[in-house]
Amino acid sequence: MELFVNQVLAGIATGAIYACMALAVVMIYQAIDHLNFAQGEMAMFSTFIAWQLIQWGVPYWIAFVLTLAISFAGGIIIERLLFKPLAHAPILTHVAGFIALFAIINSVAGLTWDFTIKQFPSPFGSRPFLGSQLISTHQAGMIGVTLVLLLMLYGFFRFTRIGLAMRAAASLPESARLVGINVGWMIALGWGMASAIGAIAGMLIAPVVFLEPNMMGGILLYGFASAVLGGLSSPFGAVIGGFLVGIFENLVGTYIPGVGNELKLPIALALIVTVLVVKPNGLFGRTVVQRV
Amino acid sequence: MSTIQETVAPAAAARVTIRRSVSTIAQIVVLLLLLATPLFVKNFVIFQLTMWLVYAIAIMALNLLTGGSGQFSLGQSAFYALGAYTSAILMEHADVNYVLTLPASALVCFVAGVLFGLPALRLSGVYLALATFALATAMPQLLKLGVFESWTGGVQGLVVTKPDAPFHLPISQDMWLYYFTLLVTLLIYAASVNLLNSRTGRAMMAIRDNEIAASALGVNLPLYKTLAFGISAAFTGIAGALGAIVVQFVAPDGYTIQLAIAIFLGMVVGGVGWLPGSLAGSAFIVFVPNVAENISKGLSGAVFGALLIVVIFVVPHGARQVALYGEALAKKFLKNN
Repeated sequence: MELFVNQVLAGIATGAIYACMALAVVMIYQAIDHLNFAQGEMAMFSTFIAWQLIQWGVPYWIAFVLTLAISFAGGIIIERLLFKPLAHAPILTHVAGFIALFAIINSVAGLTWDFTIKQFPSPFGSRPFLGSQLISTHQAGMIGVTLVLLLMLYGFFRFTRIGLAMRAAASLPESARLVGINVGWMIALGWGMASAIGAIAGMLIAPVVFLEPNMMGGILLYGFASAVLGGLSSPFGAVIGGFLVGIFENLVGTYIPGVGNELKLPIALALIVTVLVVKPNGLFGRTVVQRV
Repeated sequence: MSTIQETVAPAAAARVTIRRSVSTIAQIVVLLLLLATPLFVKNFVIFQLTMWLVYAIAIMALNLLTGGSGQFSLGQSAFYALGAYTSAILMEHADVNYVLTLPASALVCFVAGVLFGLPALRLSGVYLALATFALATAMPQLLKLGVFESWTGGVQGLVVTKPDAPFHLPISQDMWLYYFTLLVTLLIYAASVNLLNSRTGRAMMAIRDNEIAASALGVNLPLYKTLAFGISAAFTGIAGALGAIVVQFVAPDGYTIQLAIAIFLGMVVGGVGWLPGSLAGSAFIVFVPNVAENISKGLSGAVFGALLIVVIFVVPHGARQVALYGEALAKKFLKNN
C-alpha cells in the first residue's frame, strides 16, 4: 500500500509537467481548432530566452515576466506572419505549417545555444517537500502554479468580456463577427496566450528535465495525450488528464512485470486510445453535435 | 435549342480532347523520363531514385486514405515497418524469393490495417490523428521487444541480401531494383486510379465529403472506412517491403514517427487526393533535406522548414495546383495554334 501511495505521489509530480503542457495545448485548440505541433518547440525557445536573460544577470522573477511578455508578442507575430495568410488554406496545409515551424525553431535554437544540456534554476528550490522524499518543493510549486493558472484561465474565460469574445469567436466565427467581435485578433490573442502559457510550462519543466533544444519532444506528446484524454474543449479536463497520465505511467511501470521504461510510452498511449474508443470526446469534453 | 446544342457540343468535346491529350502527353513524358534516367546516372543516384519511388508508393497509399476516404493518419510508418519486417523475415529466415514477399507483406499489413481501422471507426479528426500517432511511436518499441528477438534481431535489426537481376540481364543490381520498383509503382498507381473510379472509390469519396449524407444514401460506413484503412496499409506495406530490399537492412529506429511525418508532408506537398502528386511530394521529402544540408549545415532544419513554408504559401494545394496551372497554360497554347 505504501508503495502504491508513493507511486501515485510520484505520478502526480510528473503529471504536473504534462498538465502544464496540456493547458497550453487546450488554449491554442480553443482559439484555432487545431493541435499545434510546434507548441513544445515554442515553449523550449521561450525557456532559452529566460535562461539567456538570467545568464545576463537579470533576477529570476523579472526574467520570468520579461519572458512571458516576449513569448506573448512572439505568439502574436507568428500568427500574423505565418498563419493569418494561410487562413483559407486546407487544414492539412496548416499541419504542414506547424511542422515547418517546428523544424525552424528547433534548428535555430540548436545553432544559437547548441545542444549541450543546461541547468535551469528553480524559484522554489529542490528540497524535499514536507519531509517527503518523493515530491520536492519544486514539484509542489509546479502543481501549485498549474492550479493557479487553471483558476486564472477559468476566471478569464468565464467573467471577462474579452474572454467571452474569444469563446464566441472560437465557437461560431461568422456570428461572432456579426455582433462586432474582431475574430482575427481573437485568434492572434489565443496564439499569444498559448505561447505565454507554454513559456510558463517550459520554465517549470526545465529544472526537472534540463534545458536543451530537444527537451520537449516526449513531453509535448504526453501533453497532447493528456489534453485529448481530458477533452480538448476543457482546460480543467486537460489538467486532470495530465495528472492521470502521470499516475498511470508510474503505476504501469511498477506493477506490470516486464514493462521497463521502454514500454511505458506505448502502454500509456494504448490506454488513451482505449479511453477515446469508449468516450470519443475525452473525459470532460463537450459532445459536438453535427448538422447535415 | 438544337442550334445551341450543336454549337456547344463540339466545343465541349474539343475541350475534353484537349484536356485528355494534355494529361496523356504529360503521362507519357513522365513515363519515358522514368524509364530513361537510370541509364545516364551513377549507381548511388539510381539508389536515391529507387527510394524516391518507394516513398511515392507510401504517399500514394496515404493519399488513398486521406484524399479518398477523408481519414487522417500519422501512423503510416507503423505499416511501413510491418511490411519491411515481414519481407525481411521471410527472405532471411524462410528463404522466400523477394518478389513473393511483396504480396505477403501486403496481406499482413491489410489485416493489421483492418484491425486498426476497427477501433479507429469511432474516432475522427484530431482524435484519429492522436491514435495513429500513438501507433507510430509504439512500433519501434514493439519491434525491439525481447520476445520477437529471434526473428527481428532486436535493436540490431536484420541484414537483407540484395537480389541479382534475373535471366542474367547485363545490368547492375541497383538498376534492376529500380526497374522492379518502377513496375510495382506503376501497378499500384493503376490499381489506385481504378479503385477510386470504382463503386468502392465513390463510396469512400462520399464518406469523405459528408459522412451523414453518405450513410443516408446507403453507404456502409464501417465497411468502407475499415476497407480504406486496410488497402492503404497494404500498399504502405508493399512500399516498406521494397524499401527493406533496396536498403538491404531493417532496424527499429529506421521506422520512427519522423518517417510518418515525412510521408504526411509528402502528401501535402504533392496535393491531397491527387495521385500523381505523390511523385512530387516524394521528391520533396527525399531531395529537399539534401539541398537544405548543402545550403547550411548548422541550419539545415531551418532551411528545410523555410522551404516548406515557401511551398505552402505559394501553392497551398500542392503540386496539384501547379499541374492545373500548367494544364491551363498548355490549353491556351494549343488554342492559339
